[in-house]
Amino acid sequence: MATDQVIFKNVSFRYAEDQPWVLKNVSFSIKQDEWVAILGHNGSGKSTIAKLMNGLLFPDEGTIYVHGIEVTPDTVWDIREKVGMVFQNPDNQFVGTTVRDDVAFGLENRGVDREIMLNRIEESLKSVRMTDYLFHEPHRLSGGQKQRVAIAGVLAIQPDLIILDEATAMLDPRGRKEIMMTVNDLREETKVNLVSITHDLNEIVGADRVIVMNDGEIWLETVPRELFKQEESLREIGLDVPFTAKVTNRLKDTVDFDQQPLTQKELLDQLWIFHSKQ
Amino acid sequence: MASSLIIGQYVPADSVVHKLDPRTKIMMIFTFVVVIFFANNAYSYLWLTVFSLSAAALTKIKPHFLLKGLKPVWFLIVFTFLLHLFVTREGDVLTTIFGLPIYSGALIQGFQISLRFFLLILITSLLTLTTTPIEITDAIETLLHPLKKIKFPVHELALMMSISLRFIPTLMQETEKISKAQASRGVDFKTGPLKERIQAVVPLLVPLFVSAFKRAEELAMAMEARGYRGGEGRTRLRELEIVRRDYMAIGLFLIVMIGLFVLRT
Repeated sequence: MATDQVIFKNVSFRYAEDQPWVLKNVSFSIKQDEWVAILGHNGSGKSTIAKLMNGLLFPDEGTIYVHGIEVTPDTVWDIREKVGMVFQNPDNQFVGTTVRDDVAFGLENRGVDREIMLNRIEESLKSVRMTDYLFHEPHRLSGGQKQRVAIAGVLAIQPDLIILDEATAMLDPRGRKEIMMTVNDLREETKVNLVSITHDLNEIVGADRVIVMNDGEIWLETVPRELFKQEESLREIGLDVPFTAKVTNRLKDTVDFDQQPLTQKELLDQLWIFHSKQ
Repeated sequence: MASSLIIGQYVPADSVVHKLDPRTKIMMIFTFVVVIFFANNAYSYLWLTVFSLSAAALTKIKPHFLLKGLKPVWFLIVFTFLLHLFVTREGDVLTTIFGLPIYSGALIQGFQISLRFFLLILITSLLTLTTTPIEITDAIETLLHPLKKIKFPVHELALMMSISLRFIPTLMQETEKISKAQASRGVDFKTGPLKERIQAVVPLLVPLFVSAFKRAEELAMAMEARGYRGGEGRTRLRELEIVRRDYMAIGLFLIVMIGLFVLRT
């Protein structure tokens, strides 16, 4: 129990009695300081998992433990204390009238003293590089900036677990890059459990482990490197591998790779090493 | 477009009036609105006019901004003056216009009422010109705090106000987007008879409402996820503080009020 931060035990969920199951008998666990990516196309049940993790929804069958506490309507506030969540739509999670007020919102809810609040706001805005925008109103920020503020708001509460629920889905490529850079920086700076939910395989490169969801069931649990090899079967469940992986998979017959490259740089390195050997 | 958008009438400037605690401003203005009805002679009116104009000058806001705020009420001020001029029958007949006698009392009465009206508008607009909407919200929350005892949802009201303020620009941008989308589908907002133009608003309002409800739902979920569970046990980042400046302003204001009661007959 000590090392497993999140445990899903035979969890099933549906939104209403007469509706089909969204999650069917799902079990998995997330270890301390691990970054787990949950991958799946629309309607695969991946966002439901996020909402179950901090008690926005409750399972119909099975149990969920977060930090050793079972998620029930009675414990939900204790769990949310230490779980931060970033949602998909940048506009619909910005509560404050300015960046500063928005980052403060979570702290105000937890009854944090004003002096500590000011410190935490400064620190968390620094780690997402938004310090210059302290008094900006949301309509003067880009989507990526708003999501960075949302991440700062989560960091400010010093969570043990951060859930990114398709945090980049509504952003342009630039905003997406901003967020992925911020997340990667965070992983290096702080020890925190991270669950990122996405349908974009480009975003799982940094993850320690990937859980692929399909039709409410766990389809595969693996590491990104292994997953990129399965281009064909991924396509069948509506997922597309990144360009790097595609190139690698086409070249497999001619080039012999030590391991599946994750990034463009890794691919290039392996290619020139192969080339110089010949 | 978005960067120049200012909600309400707030005009930023570095002045004493801007820096005053919003509660001080609200209370002074409320008192002024009541007290102005006690003025009953030329001296007392002059006294209040001097006060109002100096307060306006202290804000360092350019006069044309102040006048812009008064624009919609000019007509009312002139109208009240004329009404009193023709209707009141006191004092001596001075002259006749269009066969109607003009009394001296009417001239004074009309002048007094429109001056009072002008001062009221000027002073109240100073509040919105020098105070951001969010400051006003905070002030209302603290001023209404005692009402919590009778179960009045003060915190919820203030939160509603601040969320509405935050979403005004978002919804305005959305309105613009929807109206462009509908215009590209052939909805004509700008020409045609009034009835048709009103009907054209329907395809604008329906999507706007649908999306506003969706936003509200998502926002509520995000707020819950961020640990919001009502006003109990919450701390506040934005703090209002009555400082020396405020005491001095209140003191000065009291002197003006005492002066008024000395001057009136």
